[in-house]
Amino acid sequence: MNCNKLKDGVKSNRLSSTEYQENFSDIHPPLDNHEALVEADRCYFCHDAPCMTACPTSIDIPMFIRQIATGNKLGSAKTIFDQNILGGMCARVCPTETLCEEACVREVAEGKPVKIGLLQRHATDEAMAAQAQFYERSKTTGKKIAIVGAGPAGLACAHRLSMHGHEATIYDAAEKPGGLNEYGIATYKTVGNFAQTEVDYITEIGGIELKHGKRLGKDMTLDDLKSQYDAIFLAMGLTDVNELSIQGSDINGSEDAVDFISNLRQSDNFSEINIGRKVVVIGGGMTAIDAAIQAKLLGAEDVTICYRRGAEHMNASQYEQELATAKGVIIRHWLQPKTIHSKNGKLSSIEFEYTQSKDGKLTPTGETMAIITDQIFVAIGQRLAMSDFGKSEKIIKFEKGRIAVDSEFKTSIDGVWAGGDCIADGEDLTVSAVAHGRDAAESINRTIQS
Amino acid sequence: MADISSNFLGIKSPNPFWLASAPPTDKAYNVERAFEAGWGGVVWKTLGEEGPPVVNVNGPRYGAIWGADRRLLGLNNIELITDRDLYVNLREIKEVKKKWPDRAMIVSIMVPCEEAAWKAILPLVEETGADGIELNFGCPHGMSERGMGSSVGQVPEYIEMVARWCKANTRMPVIVKLTPNITDIRYPARAAQSGGADAVSLINTISSITSVNLDSFSPEPSIDGKGSHGGYCGPAVKPIALNMVAEIARDPETNNLPISGIGGVTTWRDAAEFLALGAGNVQVCTAAMTYGFKIVEEMITGLGNWMDEQGHKTLDDVIGRAVPNVTDWQYLNLNYVSKAKINQDSCIKCGRCHIACEDTSHQAITSMIDGYRKFEIIEEECVGCNLCVNVCPVENCITMEQLPAGSMDKRTGESVSKVYANWTQHPNNPSSVS
Ligand SMILES: Cc1cc2nc3c(=O)[nH]c(=O)nc-3n(C[C@H](O)[C@H](O)[C@H](O)COP(=O)(O)OP(=O)(O)OC[C@H]3O[C@@H](n4cnc5c(N)ncnc54)[C@H](O)[C@@H]3O)c2cc1C
Ligand SMILES: Cc1cc2nc3c(=O)[nH]c(=O)nc-3n(C[C@H](O)[C@H](O)[C@H](O)COP(=O)(O)O)c2cc1C
Ligand code: SF4
Ligand code: SF4
Ligand code: SF4
Repeated sequence: MNCNKLKDGVKSNRLSSTEYQENFSDIHPPLDNHEALVEADRCYFCHDAPCMTACPTSIDIPMFIRQIATGNKLGSAKTIFDQNILGGMCARVCPTETLCEEACVREVAEGKPVKIGLLQRHATDEAMAAQAQFYERSKTTGKKIAIVGAGPAGLACAHRLSMHGHEATIYDAAEKPGGLNEYGIATYKTVGNFAQTEVDYITEIGGIELKHGKRLGKDMTLDDLKSQYDAIFLAMGLTDVNELSIQGSDINGSEDAVDFISNLRQSDNFSEINIGRKVVVIGGGMTAIDAAIQAKLLGAEDVTICYRRGAEHMNASQYEQELATAKGVIIRHWLQPKTIHSKNGKLSSIEFEYTQSKDGKLTPTGETMAIITDQIFVAIGQRLAMSDFGKSEKIIKFEKGRIAVDSEFKTSIDGVWAGGDCIADGEDLTVSAVAHGRDAAESINRTIQS
Repeated sequence: MADISSNFLGIKSPNPFWLASAPPTDKAYNVERAFEAGWGGVVWKTLGEEGPPVVNVNGPRYGAIWGADRRLLGLNNIELITDRDLYVNLREIKEVKKKWPDRAMIVSIMVPCEEAAWKAILPLVEETGADGIELNFGCPHGMSERGMGSSVGQVPEYIEMVARWCKANTRMPVIVKLTPNITDIRYPARAAQSGGADAVSLINTISSITSVNLDSFSPEPSIDGKGSHGGYCGPAVKPIALNMVAEIARDPETNNLPISGIGGVTTWRDAAEFLALGAGNVQVCTAAMTYGFKIVEEMITGLGNWMDEQGHKTLDDVIGRAVPNVTDWQYLNLNYVSKAKINQDSCIKCGRCHIACEDTSHQAITSMIDGYRKFEIIEEECVGCNLCVNVCPVENCITMEQLPAGSMDKRTGESVSKVYANWTQHPNNPSSVS
C-alpha cells in the first residue's frame, strides 16, 4: 500500500497516514497528574538552586515545582510566566539537557535530573487551557514602541512593554507571528498549532498590535520607524542562510534545510511533502539534526548527516545527536562537501573530502568518498540579512556579523534596542531570545519613562 | 537459622507476627487466608454482646495521608466493632482454631461496663477453644460514646475493674488493649496490672481528622458532607507507639508486664524495634490492609536474617534489649560533644543543610567558599543538633562525629571532658546534686 516507500528520487506519499501520524506526534508526551506529582516530589527545593542559575530566564524552578507538588498549578504557572512569558514553548523546545536539567543536583548525583521541562509544561499547559491571565496592564503611558520581528524575542519584549502600559507594534515579514516557533522548531516538539495558541495567549494582555507581511528594509526603513515611535526593538533573527558554493551546487535537488523545515511546519498534510529516498544533510547544528530527523520521519530510507569536524564540535547537543541516531539517522564526521554530481540531469551523488584538525585548523586530507543521494539539505548556518538595514547599515555597529549591543541590549543607535538571534551574543536558543526581549523591555521602560 | 517462634503468655505461635483486631480478622475467610500466608496469630475483630449487631456507616469509613507516589503513610477509620452476628463469629472462631491449632487465636471483646455483660460473653468465647482474650478499651470513635472502648480505657479505675471481672470469670489469659488517647500511658498499664491482666497491647488508634475537603469544607472521610474524628494508624503512628511501649517497659511498676506491640508495624525492622523496646510480639493492621497478607513473608525472613547476622538465637535474645538505654533527659551525658561532618565526595550541593541551619538554627554551614558553591561545617558554630543530617537528601553524607575526650570544642573553646556529667549535676541547675 505504501507504493512510494522504496522508490528512488524525491517522492511524496512514502508512508501510510498512521505512520505519518505516529512519526509527527508529541516527542515527549505531557505528564499526567500523578506522574507530575511523583516527579515534582523528586525536587529537593535546593537553596540558591543551580537549575535556576542555569536557566537563561532565571525561572524560580524549585518554587514552581513545589507549587505543582502542592496542587497549586496556576500559582506554578505564574511563577514561570513571571520570568518567561513563553514558558510554554520553552518547556517544549529548550535543550534542558544543556541548561536547567544539566545543572540539577540530581543529574550530578544520579544522572537522572528532575524533569524540569516536562513539569514546566504541565503547569503552563494547565494555565493556558484554563485561559488564566495573570497580568494586567499598568495605566497607559501613551508611549509607542516598534518591534521588528514577532519571534520569541519580539513577543517577550512586547508583553513586558504592555505590562508597563506602553503600546507595542510588532512588524513581521512573515504571514504568521511566532518567528521560528512557527517556522523553524521541529514539528514533533510543538504539536497542535501550539505556536499560534501561545501568541494568542501572550497578546491577550492587550496593547500589542501585530502587523504581518511588513518587512524592514523593504516596506519601511529604520528611519521611518524612528520618526514614528519612542523606541525600537530589533528582533529579526537571522533570515539569510549561508549557501553552499561548491561545484554542482546549482544542480536541482539541493535545498536549504531551513526552507525545508519551514514548508514542513506549514503543511497540514505530511503525505504531500516530497522527500528523497537517500538524503544527505550538510551541517552540524540543531537545524541539521532537525532536518535529518524529519526527513527520516517523512519516510526517507537513508539519511546521513555529514559534518566537517568531530562530534564534540557539533553545535547540536549530545542528546540531540543521540535522538537523531535513535531515529536511524547516520552521523558522519570530518567530511567536507566537494562536488555534487548528476546523472541524466538528476542529482546522483555528493563527493566529500576528508578533513582533519591540524594545530587547531581544519585541513583537507586529500582523500575523498562519495555518497549516493537524491536529495541534499544544506544547514551550514544562518546570518543577519544586511538588506534589512538599508542606509542605517552604515551607522549601526555590528560584531561577529550580528548587531552589537551593550548589557542593556542598546544598539549603537540611540533609541534602538536589539535582542534574540540577531545580536552578537545571541545563543540561538528560544529561551535566550525571551530573556533578551524581556530585559530589553525593562531597559526601554526605564529609558522612555525618565 | 534463628528461631523466631514466639511464646507470649504461654500462647505459642510460629512467629511473633499477629494480625491486630480489625477488618483483616473479621471473618473465617480472611483469617484463613492470613494463616495460609504465614501469619503467626490473629486477634479476632472485636465482638460485642449478644443481640442486634452494631451498624457501620454505609459511606466511606477511611481517610488517609500519603507521601511521595501516594505511599500510604497514615490511615484513619471510623469503623466500629464487628457488625456480624455474635454466634456466627463464635462458630467461625472455633472452626478456624481447630483447623489451625499451631496459630494463636485471640478474641477481642468489647461489652458494656457491667460485670453481667462480661460474665455472659466469656464462657461463649472460652468454648471456642481460643487461646486468650483482648479487652478492647481503645476504640476512640463510635463505641466510646456508648460508654465502651476508649471511654473505659481513659479511666484507669474502670480498666482495673473490668480486668478483674475477666480474670475472675475465665481461665483464658487476659490482654488489655490500651488507648493512646491519654496523657500518661503508664497509668492505664498499671491499672491493668493491678486488675490482674496478663498483658497489655498497644496502641489502638489515635483520635484524628486526616484532612478537610477544601471545596466542601467537610472533614474526610466525608459522609453526606459531615465527618467525625476517626482512629489514626499506620506508619505515621509508629514513633508514638514505640514511646508508649518503652514507657511501660521501663516503668518500675510494670517492667515485668508482657506487652504486645502495635502501631505502624510495616516491616521486619519495625517489628524488631518494638521487640527491642520490650514488646513480646507485634500486631499488624494497616500494613496488611495496604499490601495484603503476603507482606508477612518479608517480615519472617527479614527478622530471621537480621537475627542470624547479629547472632541472636531466639526472640528472647532481642526482647527488651533497648529498654535499659531509654532514659530521662536529665540523665543524658552533657559531656558528649558531637559535630556534623560533610563528606564532600557524596555531597550533591543542594544547599538544604545550609539553608536549614542558616535560617532556622545556628548559622554553622557555609554556602560559598572562595567563590565556589561549597557546604562545610563551621565548627565554631555547630552545636551538633543533627538537623542537617535529617534534611540532607543523601544518606550518610553528613555524619555526626563525636569529639574525643581531651580535644577542643571550637564552639566553647573548652576541652572535651571524659567524665559523664548530666543535668542533675550541672551548675546551672538550681537543684543540682553535685
Ligand atoms: C531549524 C531550527 C530549529 C531550532 N530548534 C530549536 C530548539 O529546539 N530549541 C531552541 O531553544 N532553539 C531552537 N532554535 C533556535 C530558536 O528558534 C531561535 O534562537 C529563536 O527563535 C530566536 O528568536 P528570535 O526572536 O531572535 O528570532 P526568530 O524566531 O528568528 O524570529 C524573527 C522574526 O523576525 C521576522 N523578520 C525577520 N526579518 C525581518 C524584517 N526585516 N522585517 C520584519 N520582520 C522580520 C521573521 O519573520 C521572524 O518572525 C532552532 C532554530 C532553527 C533554525
Ligand atoms: C478499620 C480499622 C478497624 C479497627 N477495628 C478495631 C477493632 O475492632 N478492635 C480493636 O481493638 N482495634 C481495632 N483497630 C485498631 C487496630 O487493631 C490497631 O490497633 C491499629 O490500627 C494500629 O495498628 P497499625 O498501625 O498496624 O494499623 C482497627 C483499625 C482499623 C484500621
Ligand atoms: S537543582 Fe534539581 S533538585 Fe534542586 S531545585 Fe533544581 S530541579 Fe529541584
Ligand atoms: S476497598 Fe473495596 S469495599 Fe472498599 S470502597 Fe473500594 S472496592 Fe469498595
Ligand atoms: S544537604 Fe547534604 S547534599 Fe545537600 S549540600 Fe548539604 S551536605 Fe550536601
